Amino acid sequence: MEQQELIPHLFRTEFSRITAVLCQAFGIAHIEKAEDIAGETFLAALETWPYKGIPANPVAWLYTVAKNKAKNRILRDQLFAGKIASHIKRSANANEQFDIDLSEKNIADSQLQMLFAICHSSISKEAQIGLALRILCGFGIDEIAHAFLTNKETINKRLSRAREKLREEKVTIAFPGEAAISKRLSTVLTTLYLLFNEGYYSESHDAVIREELCLEAMRLVYLLTEYEYTRRPEVYALLALMCFHASRFPARKNEAGEIILYDEQDETLWNQELIGKGAFYLHEASTGLIVSKYHLEAQIAYWHTLKADTTEKWENILQLYNRLLQFEYSPIAALNRTYALARANGKQEAIAEAEKLKLENNHYYFVLLGELYSGTDDTKSKQCLQQALSLAHTPADRQTILKKIAGLNGGRAALP
Amino acid sequence: MDEFMLIFRHMDGQSVASPEQIQVWMKQTMDWIGGIAAQNKYVGGNGLPFDNARVVKNVGEKLVVTNGPFGEIKETIGGYIVVKAESAEEAVEFAKGSPVLQGEGNTVEVRRIAKGDGVH
Repeated sequence: MEQQELIPHLFRTEFSRITAVLCQAFGIAHIEKAEDIAGETFLAALETWPYKGIPANPVAWLYTVAKNKAKNRILRDQLFAGKIASHIKRSANANEQFDIDLSEKNIADSQLQMLFAICHSSISKEAQIGLALRILCGFGIDEIAHAFLTNKETINKRLSRAREKLREEKVTIAFPGEAAISKRLSTVLTTLYLLFNEGYYSESHDAVIREELCLEAMRLVYLLTEYEYTRRPEVYALLALMCFHASRFPARKNEAGEIILYDEQDETLWNQELIGKGAFYLHEASTGLIVSKYHLEAQIAYWHTLKADTTEKWENILQLYNRLLQFEYSPIAALNRTYALARANGKQEAIAEAEKLKLENNHYYFVLLGELYSGTDDTKSKQCLQQALSLAHTPADRQTILKKIAGLNGGRAALP
Repeated sequence: MDEFMLIFRHMDGQSVASPEQIQVWMKQTMDWIGGIAAQNKYVGGNGLPFDNARVVKNVGEKLVVTNGPFGEIKETIGGYIVVKAESAEEAVEFAKGSPVLQGEGNTVEVRRIAKGDGVH
């Protein structure tokens, strides 16, 4: 028996490709049918390959099986429909005309069209991310539940409701027209941004799954750069942002799986290739007149790839946050801006600004205040960190804060 | 040396497995079979797809055909391999390595194949 190795994640990748094409072929009302047929295709492989050997061209084998299963399914559905509504005349050769096109081009087109269909404002962001993971990334329900730190039932319910909603709304699986593309693209980018963040900031301890979420988000953004109507500066900017963040993957966790803060990371572990790619995409993003929030965030992330503390670095970061906050306020951006202010203009000014933020139920707020007061007023600093500790939810956050309190007692100040 | 059939009984994988999981099982199954073959004890085997399966059943005087082997039992035959072994115990040792057994409630049934030599 000739054995060969399967490419890692081959089934997951091909599941997503087959599902997208079948969804496109069947229409939005039949997403589940497409998922079922794709799933059956891989079971068919499991029922055959171990005994007969892996075929010379595994992907071609899968596509042939998927096509046949799809055609049989259509025929069966037609027979079924014919039985209950025999007066409906169906053209005898409808089935023959129905072709499942699994060419590279149609796969890419179908995936992009599904991306737009899934990122539809009628369903929640959480459901959009879940459906994207299922249909565009080929994740199982278990794996999605794992990533979201919830159970299968919750995810199943969430996905069912989302499929139902897309059916009700009669969402079309097609590229949006040129007029609508900006608005639709913006929703898609938000979802992919959140998908990436889900992986990057998730509390799940499973480092593998977290990284994979990020890589999948990057793959989907990359897909958008391959299509001429979505190859836009903000798309490149988002991709750049993701590359810069992902470059720190190897450095941001220690062997015990605990988060290592940016300041304490070993920068020799940063992935220079990804940083280079990020810089390339950021350059590609800078062609038009549009500056999106992704541009600003990507530039902030770029400055963070330079470990050395220079006035130039923190002044740039400060100005970028100043602009980002005008685009879109978020507490975390406000806190980061204040941190940058401290590094650029000094702690006293930052303390005055920080006191105006009034984010009194945010533990990061008190972490920041603790940092700002340290060195000048250690008692106040400790109070703030204690306050942060009482507000922190996750063990990882509490751990980090406890370390800071311990550091304070040792007289070590993080800021100059 | 006798031949034994190892019969896998498990649930239809459709509802439980992700593509990634199926790929993991694929490798495990191939490595398991490869390990038996490396001892020159592997005879053959096959998968038995669940889809489009039928059961013909005697119900009173009538024969009833139903879709699929499913009914009262959740687990059903998903495949088999045939191995050579000196004893049922040796065949059982082979069976223990089956990835099918990772699923709770799944079974591998070990049955000697009749030789038709007048003894068995």
